[in-house]
Amino acid sequence: MRASAVNRIFARSWLALGYAFLYVPIVALVVYSFNDSPVANVWRGFTLRWYVALASDRELLAGLALSLKVAFATACASVVLGTLAAFALVRYRRFFGGTLFSGMVAAPLVMPEVIIGLSLLLMLVSLQRATEAAFGVGFPERGMLTIWLGHVLLGMAYATVVVRARLQTLNPQLEEAALDLGARPWQVFWLVTLPMIGQALLSALLLTFTLSLDDVVLSAFLSGPGATTMPLVIFSRARLGLNPSVNAVATIIIALVAIGVVAASFVLARNERRRAADVATAKQEPAA
Amino acid sequence: MSLRARGGRLAVIAIPYGWLLVFFLLPFLVVARISVSEMETTTIKDIVTWKDGAIAFSVKFGNYLLLLQDDLYLRTYASSLVYAAVTTVLCLLIGYPFAYFMARSRLALQPALLMLVMLPFWTSFLLRVYAWKALLTEQGLAANAIESIGLDRLLAAAHLIPGPGQLMNTPFSLILGMTYTYLPFMILPLYSNLAKMDLRLLEAAADLGANAWTAFWKVTVPLSRAGVIAGAMLVFIPCVGEYVIPELLGGPQTQMIGRTLWDEFFSNNDWPMACAVAVTMVLLVIVPLAVFSRYQGEATARAA
Repeated sequence: MRASAVNRIFARSWLALGYAFLYVPIVALVVYSFNDSPVANVWRGFTLRWYVALASDRELLAGLALSLKVAFATACASVVLGTLAAFALVRYRRFFGGTLFSGMVAAPLVMPEVIIGLSLLLMLVSLQRATEAAFGVGFPERGMLTIWLGHVLLGMAYATVVVRARLQTLNPQLEEAALDLGARPWQVFWLVTLPMIGQALLSALLLTFTLSLDDVVLSAFLSGPGATTMPLVIFSRARLGLNPSVNAVATIIIALVAIGVVAASFVLARNERRRAADVATAKQEPAA
Repeated sequence: MSLRARGGRLAVIAIPYGWLLVFFLLPFLVVARISVSEMETTTIKDIVTWKDGAIAFSVKFGNYLLLLQDDLYLRTYASSLVYAAVTTVLCLLIGYPFAYFMARSRLALQPALLMLVMLPFWTSFLLRVYAWKALLTEQGLAANAIESIGLDRLLAAAHLIPGPGQLMNTPFSLILGMTYTYLPFMILPLYSNLAKMDLRLLEAAADLGANAWTAFWKVTVPLSRAGVIAGAMLVFIPCVGEYVIPELLGGPQTQMIGRTLWDEFFSNNDWPMACAVAVTMVLLVIVPLAVFSRYQGEATARAA
């Protein structure tokens, strides 16, 4: 079959070119981070000096510390809110204002971030002015709290998608069985539902953490004096031109993400195999 | 249903619902209000005021009139839509065959292929956009490659770059950056759609005398419609309001509405104008948004 051989070659080269397109910039970032030249795109030999310089880069380190705090708080809040929203959407499909609700849950996924950032900021500023007029103290002050609020809005939407996809594949009979056997709704959630959606919660946690760690636009609108996140520092440097410190940061982030994702997928694959084996033995038992 | 279970149900719905109403919907109303307000040095005048025992109601549509009359704003809106549309089409042209070949490759290979598409998505978006800056400036890897095959002449002829060898800060670099960033958002919903397809349908088509090409156009493509729509919306809507990519890779020629909003707010400090831009931008994406909301369940189910 010559035609199918040609097809296969075409398919493989399309995939190869596609992956090259996706990965060349990432590889280039990593390679140039070891480049001994202040002009980041001409190779002048190997060096580690940009990494050494990072250690004394106060601005960047302070940004990193803030970003990690915000990302952690964002991930926790997003997963809680996202899980609730996913339950509302999957289990109680029809309720008052359900269409508005599902629209609002999905909108931040695609809504241009400049709009989300601007509108949330202006509302918070109005609130701050109102509280200042009423109590003499403006709340909330622009800073970590306001950045967190913005990130949670975005994170919640992504967490809902992830948890919702898992919930839809669950067999509701398992929970019904537990209820029939006398478990209270809370026990059913902790002992039956939670273990089954645990992996989805974990991936939602990781996803919202990285989203928050990466966000520029929302942070730019919602940050205040003294609250500069790492992406804001990187963005202001990248705007001015090429900067080797950015490459070094990039390489560290890429290494961490790669290790994390590969490790997580190994664990997930192992759990999946174990589950499949359990299912197989469970099916055999009644026959034996 | 017991009283307790009903209380639980209420909490599960009310907490995220209330959160979204307060932090997502209410801010839009604030923005809509400010867009028709007058700015007094640093404060925003109330629309409704109480003066001499009478309610004074002042709504200012000047910002919207300016948006409609000023050529610059109109051109910016038009070019944002054009750039977003071109990006969507390019993502579809690259992404559809890509997702198709992924979905038809060996089953054992597919999880790895899928993870490879998602991995860049997990690494910083900002840094990946920044990477193109180094690749496309003079002597950069991509710039050298493009020049060596003479592609830059073609791009210059198409007015996508001002002249051969000048790739950065042009419509070309902007479109390249947006296509690169949003390609995974096109591939993922398409893949999840195509992977679920029942291959027996293709066998049936073959039995009925269709060749592979006819079967593809008459069976596979119509069945993947939901994936195409979801992917297109996931690319198009955020692209319309994109700010970071035009700022880093675009140039003075490539005005986009997200950047205009940013400048009105941060540089001109004109809040009512920034709000008017935001409101019109919402109006611009509301139809695609409604379409997306319909197809999104299926679209992002596999993104996890």
